[in-house]
Amino acid sequence: MEDKATLIVESGDYDKLYSAFIIGNGALSMGMDVSMYFTFWGLERLKKGQLDKGPLSKMNFLGLGKLYMKWKMKKANVRSLEDMLQDYVELGGKIFACDMTMDIMGIDKEDLREEVITEYCAVGTYIKEAKESEITLYI
Amino acid sequence: MANEIKVDCLGENCPVPLVETRKAVRKAEKGDIITVTGDHSASKKEIPMAVESMGLELVSVEEINDHWEIKIKV
Repeated sequence: MEDKATLIVESGDYDKLYSAFIIGNGALSMGMDVSMYFTFWGLERLKKGQLDKGPLSKMNFLGLGKLYMKWKMKKANVRSLEDMLQDYVELGGKIFACDMTMDIMGIDKEDLREEVITEYCAVGTYIKEAKESEITLYI
Repeated sequence: MANEIKVDCLGENCPVPLVETRKAVRKAEKGDIITVTGDHSASKKEIPMAVESMGLELVSVEEINDHWEIKIKV
């Protein structure tokens, strides 16, 4: 077992992306290695300009709920998703993009933010890392 | 020569104090002292946990008026 956290980010919802990055950054801050595997709707968020474009998972109300949430977050001085992603990369967090999702959804590498992606991979890479991780989460 | 590094997290929310502490630790050299100040209450407990799991030395945790100050030796 290594001091490692491995997260699958399947959801593209705004609040769930926050969960993923807060947990990821928290684990990095505690001195762990972290890998996040972006698949399906999660991978959509790694397209250029899409990181904070997901709906709220509950009470989105056609975007009004999300606006309210963003306002509350701003008041609570919560860091933006973009800043959290930058923190994650700066602290050495790894980002993997699921290549099958890219095939299914017709996503090309040029559509994605390649500068933050460590590797394009399939399920085997995840299982290998998850086997040696103390924390694994599916978001 | 040990340096003193200051990390100001006043007004910052989860997980920023932890993250900024970690960034400072990564940049610091052995023997440096990092002083983190903040007012996010959970971080006052959690930064010492991170210090322990990174195998660093917790020098002090102080409450000063409405904020806390944590000193870490790298």
